[in-house]
Amino acid sequence: MAAVSQSAMTAEPSVASPKMTARDLNLFYSDNQALFDVNLDIVERQVTALIGPSGCGKSTFLRCLNRMNDTIDGVTINGKVTLDNRDIYDKHIDVVQLRARIGMVFQKPNPFPKSIYDNVAYGPRIHGLVNSRDELDEIVMTSLERAGLLKEVKDRLQSPATGLSGGQQQRLCIARAVAVSPEVILMDEPCSALDPIATAKVEELIDELRSNYTIVIVTHSMQQAARVSQRTAFFHLGKLVEVGETDQIFTNPKDERTKGYITGRFG
Amino acid sequence: MSLSFLLLAVAALCALSFYFGRQRAVALSGGRYSNLHSLPAHYGTYVALWCGLPALLLLLVWHSLQGSIIQAMIISELPAEITGDAGQLSLALNSISLIAAGNGQHLNVVPEVIDAGQRLANLQTIANAAMIVVMLSGSVLGVSLSYRKISAELRARNNVERIFRWMMIACSAIAILSTVGIVFSLLFEALHFFSKISPVEFLFGLEWSPQTAIRADQVASEGAFGAIPLFVGTLLITIIAMCVAVPVGLFSAIYMGEYASPKFRAVAKPALEILAGVPTVVYGFFAALTVAPFLRNNGAVLGLDVSSESALAAGLVMGVMIIPFVSSLSDDVMSQVPKSLRDGSYGLGATKSETIRHVIFPAALPGIVGAVLLAVSRAIGETMIVVMAAGLAANMTVNPLQAVTTVTVQIVTLLVGDQEFDSAKTLSAFALGLVLFLVTLGLNVFALKVVQKYREKYD
Repeated sequence: MAAVSQSAMTAEPSVASPKMTARDLNLFYSDNQALFDVNLDIVERQVTALIGPSGCGKSTFLRCLNRMNDTIDGVTINGKVTLDNRDIYDKHIDVVQLRARIGMVFQKPNPFPKSIYDNVAYGPRIHGLVNSRDELDEIVMTSLERAGLLKEVKDRLQSPATGLSGGQQQRLCIARAVAVSPEVILMDEPCSALDPIATAKVEELIDELRSNYTIVIVTHSMQQAARVSQRTAFFHLGKLVEVGETDQIFTNPKDERTKGYITGRFG
Repeated sequence: MSLSFLLLAVAALCALSFYFGRQRAVALSGGRYSNLHSLPAHYGTYVALWCGLPALLLLLVWHSLQGSIIQAMIISELPAEITGDAGQLSLALNSISLIAAGNGQHLNVVPEVIDAGQRLANLQTIANAAMIVVMLSGSVLGVSLSYRKISAELRARNNVERIFRWMMIACSAIAILSTVGIVFSLLFEALHFFSKISPVEFLFGLEWSPQTAIRADQVASEGAFGAIPLFVGTLLITIIAMCVAVPVGLFSAIYMGEYASPKFRAVAKPALEILAGVPTVVYGFFAALTVAPFLRNNGAVLGLDVSSESALAAGLVMGVMIIPFVSSLSDDVMSQVPKSLRDGSYGLGATKSETIRHVIFPAALPGIVGAVLLAVSRAIGETMIVVMAAGLAANMTVNPLQAVTTVTVQIVTLLVGDQEFDSAKTLSAFALGLVLFLVTLGLNVFALKVVQKYREKYD
């Protein structure tokens, strides 16, 4: 049993009732294998951080969780990813609905060239979540509020989103993801393009969002992983090396490679 | 010695001087190129440029002056009764050059002219020989000066690059100056026309019939130069063409850029762009011989009276011609929409068509508008299709089933006549050309501005 031997190698990949699971996940870009037999559980209403050196496959893994890799040519995936015990790569699954349940925030803030209001309203509109203008207003306001942006932009909801600062844009992207009421939010290095103050705000926001959403975050900053996450998974060369409680990973890593990476000896 | 042979000789000299210049630099370096300021090839190029450029410059100057100087010498020898009258003089000069070229045996002219012809032939031979001598001595002088200047300290690299920069400036100046020249020649003839016909009548008159009398005693109409029917015809055909080209071009661009598999794209995109390589005269055949009869026959079945040279036929075919233009330009602007925006939309669970409609298309819209405007200016200036398929009658109509005429068609017909060149009829072609030029220039400038503005946003 591959899964069993794998779990013996990595520390406690499975938990009691995970929100999402990945089992024996392999991914190929044409002929290059980018992920090797990854087994990982994502715990509900917790922040899971994925860390590891550049090119280790953590972003690739993240993009498997809402099938964003489908948009890239030449990608083949085998293995199983589940959300609430249903295989998301099953051919009966509608990718559109799946991505409405699993939102995503990207490395670079990518607001659409529309107004602030229209950016947040984009998801609810295409998914037909609202029946009236008032309901839409309501969703936009609460989403901006949740993203901690409402105070800063409430007087200029109709001005272009591209005029906001980088940190505000990223929080707008979080508001945009929240507006569809997803269950899981994936964040791909959400702070790498932001200055320390904006980063602090986004981290604070992630911590607040944890009470309502399951969050998976890819980060290059070990401090960030330590500050915002409850569980941390360390990837190296396309393999999941170690996963566990964040405290345990940072204070008492079981694998030599993890220890080497978090103490800065390589990576 | 013919000119091409002369140029070959200069090129050979350049190659030789490159070789010797380089050799000398190598010798000076004593085996270590780092002893030199520049690489040996730079010294070679330096000498070669000093060989070729003076020769070419002298050739250019000589050629531009030779004709007029020799002509002045010939005229000064001619008797006063010929030089006194401008018409006679130009006739005599024509005969003289014919005689000089050896084609004047059957001409019936006065002996002075025959003498002058022989003198011209002599002068030309002398001038050509002198030119060769001057050119070659220029080369030799340049080579000897530059060759002697070669030393380890000579900044050959900087010198060569400076010369190349000037050569590039000269090339772009030629391109710009010739455009300016074209505009001015158009402008002067148009002003000439406006001194005969008032600009107000030309720009706002509703009747176009430029057939004026060729001779004073001929019975003909006065001629009317109201260009509005031509503008209406041009506009009508352009609109029809755009109705074909914009939707088809845009949708094919969207399909190629967003939906097609790379394999299909690799085949279909070049195939579409082949359309742009079809000569417009072939489109003209197609419009006149296939599309127009097809429309007329089917119109007859439906009980419509379609004229055999209809605006519809010309416009449809012109639209097909412009499809690759619209599609490749809008494909470019849409592919410039950053991937992060697509990802953002897909990440929210949008489908492909929602992403295209709500994110990619609005983001690319300014660029697409620019592409369409460039296509419009193409359509307005297109000549061959409309000459063959649109007809000549300046009907003032917006019915696409009737024959209309366009500005370009009229310019062609006005200038292929045999009327004298300063009649209002021929001159009106220049006024039309000027209007056409100003409209397309305006459209192009505006379109490029729009495209530019869009580019700045994402790069």
